[in-house]
Amino acid sequence: MADYLNQFFFGVYPYICLAVFVVGNILRFDHGQYSWRSGSSQLLRRKQLVLGSILFHVGILVIFVGHFVGLLTPIWVFDAIGISHGAKQLLAIVAGGLAGLMCLAGILLLIHRRLFDARIRATSSFGDTSILLILFTQLLLGLSTIFVSLQHLDGHEMVKFMEWAQRILTFRAGAAELVADVHPIFKAHLFLGLTIFLVFPFTRLVHMLSAPVWYLGRRGYQLVRTRNPRATAAE
Amino acid sequence: MSHVLNRLTYFKNRVGDYSNGHGVLTKEDRTWEDAYRKRWQHDKIVRSTHGVNCTGSCSWKIYVKGGIVTWETQQTDYPRTRPDLPNHEPRGCSRGASYSWYLYSGNRLKHPLIRSALMKAWRKARETTSPIAAWASIVEDPETRASYVRQRGLGGFIRADWSEVNEIIAASNAYTAKKYGPDRVIGFSPIPAMSMVSYAAGSRYLSLLGGTCMSFYDWYCDLPPASPMTWGEQTDVPESADWYNSGFLMLWGSNVPQTRTPDAHFYTEVRYKGAKSVVISPDYSEASKFGDMWLSPKQGTDAALAMAFGHVILKEYYIDRQVPYFQEYARQYTDMPMLVRLVKKDGRLVPDRLLRASDFDGSLNEANNPDWKTVAYDKCANGIVCPRGSIGFRWGEQGKWNLEQKTGKGDETDLAISLIETRDDVADVAFPYFGNREHDHFHGTDHPDVLERRVPVKRLTLKDGETLVATVFDLLAANYGVDRGLGGDWAASSYDDDTPYTPAWQEKITGVARDKVIAVARGFADNAEKTRGKSMVILGAGLNHWYHMDMNYRGIINMLVMCGCVGQSGGGWSHYVGQEKLRPQTGWQPLAFALDWARPPRHMNSTSFFYAHTDQWRYETLGVDEILSPLAPEGHWDGSFIDFNARAERMGWLPSAPQLERNPLELTKEAEAAGLDVQDYVAKSLKSGALKMSCEDPDKPDNWPRNLFVWRSNLLGSSGKGHEYFLKHLLGTNHGVQGKDLGETGGQKPEEVVWRDEAPEGKLDLLVTIDFRMSTTCVYSDIALPTATWYEKNDLNTSDMHPFIHPLSSAVDPLWESRSDWDIFKGIAKSFSEIAPEALGVEKDVVLTPMLHDTAGELAQPFDVKDWKRNEAEPIPGKTMPAVTVVERDYPNLYKRYTAVGPLMTSIGNGGKGIAWNTEHEIEQLKALNGAVTEEGPAKGLPRIDSAIDAAEVILTLAPETNGEVAVKAWDALSKATGREHAHLAEAKEDEKIRFRDIVAQPRKIISSPTWSGIESEKVCYNAGYTNVHELIPWRTLTGRQQLYQDHLWMRAFGETLCVYRPPVDTKTIAPVINAKDNGNKQVVLNFITPHQKWGIHSTYTDNLLMLTLSRGGPIVWLSEDDAREAGIEDNDWIEAYNTNGALTARAVVSQRVKPGMVMMYHAQEKIVNVPGSEITGQRGGIHNSVTRTVLKPTHMIGGYAQQSYGFNYYGTVGSNRDEFVIVRKMNKIDWMDQPAQEKLEAAE
Repeated sequence: MADYLNQFFFGVYPYICLAVFVVGNILRFDHGQYSWRSGSSQLLRRKQLVLGSILFHVGILVIFVGHFVGLLTPIWVFDAIGISHGAKQLLAIVAGGLAGLMCLAGILLLIHRRLFDARIRATSSFGDTSILLILFTQLLLGLSTIFVSLQHLDGHEMVKFMEWAQRILTFRAGAAELVADVHPIFKAHLFLGLTIFLVFPFTRLVHMLSAPVWYLGRRGYQLVRTRNPRATAAE
Repeated sequence: MSHVLNRLTYFKNRVGDYSNGHGVLTKEDRTWEDAYRKRWQHDKIVRSTHGVNCTGSCSWKIYVKGGIVTWETQQTDYPRTRPDLPNHEPRGCSRGASYSWYLYSGNRLKHPLIRSALMKAWRKARETTSPIAAWASIVEDPETRASYVRQRGLGGFIRADWSEVNEIIAASNAYTAKKYGPDRVIGFSPIPAMSMVSYAAGSRYLSLLGGTCMSFYDWYCDLPPASPMTWGEQTDVPESADWYNSGFLMLWGSNVPQTRTPDAHFYTEVRYKGAKSVVISPDYSEASKFGDMWLSPKQGTDAALAMAFGHVILKEYYIDRQVPYFQEYARQYTDMPMLVRLVKKDGRLVPDRLLRASDFDGSLNEANNPDWKTVAYDKCANGIVCPRGSIGFRWGEQGKWNLEQKTGKGDETDLAISLIETRDDVADVAFPYFGNREHDHFHGTDHPDVLERRVPVKRLTLKDGETLVATVFDLLAANYGVDRGLGGDWAASSYDDDTPYTPAWQEKITGVARDKVIAVARGFADNAEKTRGKSMVILGAGLNHWYHMDMNYRGIINMLVMCGCVGQSGGGWSHYVGQEKLRPQTGWQPLAFALDWARPPRHMNSTSFFYAHTDQWRYETLGVDEILSPLAPEGHWDGSFIDFNARAERMGWLPSAPQLERNPLELTKEAEAAGLDVQDYVAKSLKSGALKMSCEDPDKPDNWPRNLFVWRSNLLGSSGKGHEYFLKHLLGTNHGVQGKDLGETGGQKPEEVVWRDEAPEGKLDLLVTIDFRMSTTCVYSDIALPTATWYEKNDLNTSDMHPFIHPLSSAVDPLWESRSDWDIFKGIAKSFSEIAPEALGVEKDVVLTPMLHDTAGELAQPFDVKDWKRNEAEPIPGKTMPAVTVVERDYPNLYKRYTAVGPLMTSIGNGGKGIAWNTEHEIEQLKALNGAVTEEGPAKGLPRIDSAIDAAEVILTLAPETNGEVAVKAWDALSKATGREHAHLAEAKEDEKIRFRDIVAQPRKIISSPTWSGIESEKVCYNAGYTNVHELIPWRTLTGRQQLYQDHLWMRAFGETLCVYRPPVDTKTIAPVINAKDNGNKQVVLNFITPHQKWGIHSTYTDNLLMLTLSRGGPIVWLSEDDAREAGIEDNDWIEAYNTNGALTARAVVSQRVKPGMVMMYHAQEKIVNVPGSEITGQRGGIHNSVTRTVLKPTHMIGGYAQQSYGFNYYGTVGSNRDEFVIVRKMNKIDWMDQPAQEKLEAAE
């Protein structure tokens, strides 16, 4: 039974989550353009938001990049450039820990504001409040893994997660077995992380997928959208 | 195309660039644009308008999509004007364009609401008793009554259903009628022209009940008493298109682009045609930039400026040189040739009353009304004649009431406007001077109280001996201080003399340079001379809201009359205030006041009513002696203003409500028991003191108004001058009154009105407000009923500003549980009829009415004022006291009467303004159109009025303005009186009948009718006084002419026979409180000015999110930079303005626009939006009227005297408020008072 559950949560559940994530986001982007937004409450009250939001966003971006690079970079790349597993583990603990604390301070401000400011509470949906609490829980779980990681500074546990993530993403078998014996906190953290992917398309998190980056490289002051769909370059 | 795929082809979207790469061409997806297209798609367009008393009367397209009103735009399909005249459209403004927001806003009243304490008491009582008994048990138990009365304004509403609230209201009305009398049921609704049927709904119910309909035009201080005084006309003005015909346009105290937004284009256009324009306004108003010249007089001193203009015009165009056109005009159309007696008083000669035919032996052969026929000196006959047109010719004989230059006998005349050439002598005549009176904030001059000036006179032998007489013109010229070459101390030899009323004299008072005054006067008169009167003055509230508004107005009217401008297209007096012009008025009146079932209705002038019943009189600070003339004749000039009002009521000058201390339903029984007819019984009982009029003891519970309906109005959030007194005394709830009453201060108490040491708090048993939004008045009501918005009902709308009649029509059905006003009152009427038999059956109601203008009753006391109460005369109903009429009320059949056109239209007919005609044919038409009642009862066989459209058809069918056949009948009726043929003005339209569906298709131009003094024609624009000048129809005044000399005893007593400059009065509201509640901030005392605003129409739109977004989003006042600096106030600071009347909170706008010494608060910014608590009162902020208190003026109470006779909204006391001062200071603590009132009260305990 334990094997089955392990297989389900870390071998099958990831695909359910990722599938919902991909299909859900596409559908929402196509059919719910007006809902594709960050849902900022800055208009209602600016106080506390500025500090909380900046701390939270800077922290979580560092954590996100850390997870992304740390988990998905093939192990041989680290080996090739000579970064030991132990050093990587230490880097993850220090950088992740600092960013996590920053994020924690930010999210506490945001939660306080969302729950105790009457106007903001009144205008919050269930999704708005619950995603904030999920992120908060995930953050606490993530931070508490530091204490477990301090028990094995050589990084061998970390390698298991890298291997797991990469197998999942490349559709290779045996991923779930890799994490069968890790500390339950890690398992909880993994599970909740996957769940965030699952609920992602149904929350304000979708704003992550949109950033007006095209302004950066845009030339010209005036943009004319032609009515002729078959138009080609004038040159 | 999929948005995702589109994003994936990002790099392929670029088609190219242009303009050297400054522009980029792409083919990215454009389907998102459809969202905007869908926003503006619609299923249908419906024509409606905004019934908001803005005078715009703009027709709008209402767009509906899926049963939802989505937005509105301006209609552009008005009938074209004639060539060479700009069209009326587009009409509309940002305020109207934001209206659809209200329909679905949180501020919409969606369900009938009632105070929960009242509902609990009602349900408990109803468990065991019948409706009227239940109501009795509530209001007769002081504790139960207080349980909801004290809660007014403090929330606590719950939802109720219609049947239950209707029963409560009906029970309350029936109880009140039975216990105190139906005249204790009061209704306030203003401006019928903005939605005639909705007004008529409530007033018809009240009139069938015997309740009292309250006036509004005078209460709003929009009524200029100078107009009825001069012309016998409430107000008649040119349409805005006529501005385009003007050559010289003055804007004086009127801010056309801001307050006449849809009409302002005519003003800009006529300037392109070459018209000159002068703008006179203390502040740099939006209009100021349009002027070739902007004059900025000290606020409230406009009469001084007008007198100086008049001085220049008289001197240069009448004395130094006689302009033929002006002379002809003055001779035929003004009272300038009329003779005035001069009498000795204290050794001085004083102008007395106008000479009458009856003063001569044989009455100049005039047998009919010789007391009411004025006389003049005729150059043809070299003697005294009695010219046609005076009021004596109007009643009792026919065919000679016209302005032909003939005597009553038919001899041609050439009247002398001046006796300077044929004089017997020159006399020193005394004129009062008020410009020397002291005021802390206004400069006076040091001339004496009485100025003796030389006047050419004739010596005549009258019945009672030899008398000196002078013409009105000679007195006028002398009063203006113009030198006639007769010498004397006070004749100005040059404009630079400091003699009243020269251009130099006014400099000190107004601050306007003399050379500018001379230039403007010359420009004005020159243009009038060259164009035969095409000089126009647009004027408004800026002048009319002062206590001495008559002087501002008469100063300007004098200029217009001297220059022959009145009654000439492109010229005249353009007084624009409220949306007064109810064009189909004579068709509307029978519906509105139930004249088809019973006459007369009960009307009341609101100013006197509210002054008495909100107990503002208990705080009176102004003494009669402060405004009395130094030359006042012998008379009873003691007492205070409420005494004067009581005298006016008992002499039948002003109406009364409530009328008598006893129930008028009981009086006929008493009279029968005494074996007298009712008239005699009432007269005798009054004389003996057995019966008293309510006005003599307004604080006695028997005399309280008990039920008040407010509909189409925001009485407590907008127009209620003395707001805090309303809250304290009429409503009996939390208030902010700071001053003490005369009992506490030991001031002079009234002599003839009973003073009660214990002031009543909470006179009303029930306050019902009908509105579509939760206005301030709703907040204070016991019951708030949700009405249909202007896009949800069928109704009619007209305005002064254009000649069209057009509808409000239902774009969507009334939302939630709302109902149209017509259906609401129909529902109440139905409930009333059902429950009435418990206490009321067919009753006989004794109704008192004052002597009314345009009836023979206006010839009451021709000379002195005889007061029956002082035993100077016998009480004779309709002559020396109010008329007494018995009216039958059929209470169980009130609903049946409400929904059918009653039989009096066939048996008596219809009419207006002193003429009458038969309406049998119209009633037949209505039967065919609306159907006849088939149910048994008193209405069987009569035309139905079920729906609002049926009601609209009644108005349109009966009114000459919308039914050409009636118009011809009406003109023919007038022809009998004047002896001249007038029907040609309407004959071409005899077959035209405008029906409701016609105006839904397109606005329709109305048909010329004798109700109005202008005509609708293809040749001229609508202009007031046009038919007086061109059809020789007399003005409805004593002399039949434009009357510049007012000779009533009270006019003489208060020094206003001729126009004089009078400085603002001192309301003394600052000293008692200025140091009472120091908050450590600097204070500045400023004149409180309340003009019309840019972001709302009165209080409407001031709670509308769109308009709040365009303004600062809450209450604001405007301060000058100098005053702000002195008080340490910066822009956007929260300030408080207060005086003894109360306090208001607002943000400061510090602007160069404002003249130092004044603070402007756009009136009627709602108390319900962004208003914090006041440091002074501890109550929420306050509205602009929290710092005002109304003060009466005795000259407005005169009655039974030709043009100075009462008419509903026509003459009477007016609620002025501009003379008020406030203390302005910065606030320390902004308390939003956002806890429930109950918790706060408990916390305080």
